[in-house]
Amino acid sequence: MRKKALVLLTALLSTPVFAADVVNIYSFRQPFLIKPILDDFTKQTGIKTNVVFAKKGLIERVKREGKHSKADLVLTSNFSALIQLEDLNLTQKIQSDVVSANVPSTFRDSDGQWVALTKRVRNVYSSKERVGALPELTYEDLADPKYKGKLCTRSGKHPYNLGLVASMIAHHGEAEAKQWLEGVKANLARKPQGNDRAQVKAVKEGLCDIALGNSYYFGKMMQDEQQKSWAEAVHINFPNQTNRGSHINVSGVVMTKYAKNPENALKLIEYMTDNKAQNMYASVNMEYPVKNGVELSEMVASWGEFKEDSLSLDEISKYRPAALKLIDEVKFDL
Amino acid sequence: MHVKFSLSRWQLLAWLIGLLLVTPLGFLLFESLQGDSDVFQHLFDTVLWDYTRNTLLLILGVGLLSCVIALPLAWLTAYCDFPGRKQFEWALMLPLAMPTYLIAYVYTDLLDYAGPVQIALREWFGWQSPDDYWFFDIRTLTGAIVMIALVLYPYLFLIFKTALREQSFKLVQASQLMGLSPIQSFLRVSLPLGRGAIVAGITLISMEAMADFATVNYFAVSTLTTAVYDTWLGYYSLTAAAKISGIMLLILFLTIMVERFSRRNQAVYERQSSVNSATLYRLKGGAAWAASLACTVVLVLAFILPVGVLVKYAVVYADEAWNGAFFSYAWQSFKVAIVVSLVTILLSLLVLFYQRIAKHAYPLLPGRLASTGYALPGTVLAIAVLLPLTQLDDALNNWLEPFGLSPGLLLSGTLFAMIFAYVVRFYAIAHGALESSFLRISPSLDMASQSMGKGPLQTLRKVHLPLLKRGILTAGLLVFIECMKELPAALLLRPFNFETLATHVFQYVSDEQLELASISALLIVLVGLIPLYFVNRSMEQHHS
Repeated sequence: MRKKALVLLTALLSTPVFAADVVNIYSFRQPFLIKPILDDFTKQTGIKTNVVFAKKGLIERVKREGKHSKADLVLTSNFSALIQLEDLNLTQKIQSDVVSANVPSTFRDSDGQWVALTKRVRNVYSSKERVGALPELTYEDLADPKYKGKLCTRSGKHPYNLGLVASMIAHHGEAEAKQWLEGVKANLARKPQGNDRAQVKAVKEGLCDIALGNSYYFGKMMQDEQQKSWAEAVHINFPNQTNRGSHINVSGVVMTKYAKNPENALKLIEYMTDNKAQNMYASVNMEYPVKNGVELSEMVASWGEFKEDSLSLDEISKYRPAALKLIDEVKFDL
Repeated sequence: MHVKFSLSRWQLLAWLIGLLLVTPLGFLLFESLQGDSDVFQHLFDTVLWDYTRNTLLLILGVGLLSCVIALPLAWLTAYCDFPGRKQFEWALMLPLAMPTYLIAYVYTDLLDYAGPVQIALREWFGWQSPDDYWFFDIRTLTGAIVMIALVLYPYLFLIFKTALREQSFKLVQASQLMGLSPIQSFLRVSLPLGRGAIVAGITLISMEAMADFATVNYFAVSTLTTAVYDTWLGYYSLTAAAKISGIMLLILFLTIMVERFSRRNQAVYERQSSVNSATLYRLKGGAAWAASLACTVVLVLAFILPVGVLVKYAVVYADEAWNGAFFSYAWQSFKVAIVVSLVTILLSLLVLFYQRIAKHAYPLLPGRLASTGYALPGTVLAIAVLLPLTQLDDALNNWLEPFGLSPGLLLSGTLFAMIFAYVVRFYAIAHGALESSFLRISPSLDMASQSMGKGPLQTLRKVHLPLLKRGILTAGLLVFIECMKELPAALLLRPFNFETLATHVFQYVSDEQLELASISALLIVLVGLIPLYFVNRSMEQHHS
């Protein structure tokens, strides 16, 4: 009996033996988003990929696992996670001419500790029926009392909104940003909730007229049979085109400090920054590639050219803690 | 002398179990003593009170609503005869297999402003905007209370019904003879007698409600759980997160004290009765139909409707939702759930047996310590589990290094971490379910066994275990179903390439696309129903 139990326990605990040609990934991004890219990488190189996906806590896990961690790479869905990994000293330098050539310097760490893979814009959607296109709209306008009761957004604490608030602090200082945030809160049609898709849906149904949302959601909704009608009810607007440009967030990757398969990990990073993967990001996920010259998906291209806010991610992330405090102070989510 | 020796061995064992299961929490609280308290102070100055109030309201609301649903239904199915009673007796347990994150999602989809119900109403009445009418807003504290109560009431239903079954029928019969109406008898005899069971059920429900993150987060209701996540993942302060967990533990201890207090001086031992309790009140006419209707409404709202919606998703999105790996996910979920059920039952049996024979001070403490994990939100528990395990792994590696061995993350990087976290989290359920069964065994049986020269272990095996069969089955069932549904700890602690049904579903739910994982979601419910069916059958046999 005892022997049986022991055998059972060993069988349960044993994880598959890792072949030499693998790369192990902790991913904040849903596996179905990155699977086509990883599959193609395996096909090209013969290197297998293993993934653990979670939305929360992966950084803590890498930190606690320390030098025995099996993770070689961490894929993130926003820049603050990249910078946190760097700050916690959990990363190592990504040294590659391929990466340097592929990714413009504004989208990688000056010391090579992280690399951005895709860009997404913080757009404002507006109801076609009730508002029309808003080419001159600015983020500042969202606090304008004329939008009272007309604005929808997800939680202020979501990294995408947090990044935007941090950039507002960077541009205007904390006091002015707080005033702005209070104005935005006063304009909300409902308590912040749901994800970015849910906001577009709410605009379609007439609950609000304008909504904050990332660019790729718009594209993803257009591809979805059931959600297409939501997306068709709104215009996608790029804020602040008349001055500094729209706020950009990125998804990205770091190589862990104690990566056990650094060569394979580097190969994957290089692959992900190169034409084919960049193109897949664009065509499958409707994101903006970081590599210049990679063709956009037809749909993303149809949204037109736009000006990006040139503020560096490092700079924005300095104001992230202050942004979070502001959001608590004005009780944005309550 | 012999007795004394074995007693202290039991004591040692119980304390070891208690301390082992409280280790993660201990590490977490230790963490809360380090570092600065800036973040905590900031929260304290801004939103902490709102969060605490919401948590307390959530616990209260879920507890109350569960009582309103579960107590009358339990009493009806235990004591009354009405059409469908036999079926409702087990069917009303079904919602237990429904994870809260699924039911919350499904109902939001239905009842949201942009959902089919409101759209239909608007078309029907020609309303144009949200200002034209009032509709129940599901994404609120009230909405969260309703959702959580709908899937957690079965705990109370089960525990109270078992207590009713084992209450002395003579008292109920006496109340009948004295001319009390059924409702009077319910209020004045059954409720007071079942007080202990009721409080035990509510305690379990409160802990689960307090630890809930998925539902409140989805409904944008900020509770202390939200605060724990914000501080830890937003402010990067595990210290502040641990402090807030401390507040939650305080609430937990207060709840447990209330439970203890309500059970004081109370000892009801099992009486075998040959009376079929359901014949106590034969409902007729309107009353009988009202009883059936009440059961039907709850069953439809808590189970049939959400499952129906999932089935609809599964049909509409069949191509995208189909995934060849389902059965392997289901098998992984199943296997973990079985192991955890067995381990928690074994551990809680040992601790409870010690509680029973202990003559030492604080006999209840080991069990209390071991039960604390239940009130921690899953992801926090997962990190708390990593704290000691990674340190052990480190020590192990350092120790083996001179021998040229490097086992890596033997504990924290394998299924062990996940199973350990589950055991820490769900021990309280097994303990709670078994404790009441244990208490109903008359001490005179122990004395009889002792006087025949049987030692403690033999008493446990020969006397208690047979009498605990039903309690063990119930405990195993509850833990199994919880394991099937468990998400946050699985998500964070699983090894590479290990998917459970719940983690697979979460990929899509996290993107608000449950439709694409609807088949997996249905499987979670289905696999949870398998043990429900068998345990119920075995209980039926036990009865007849």
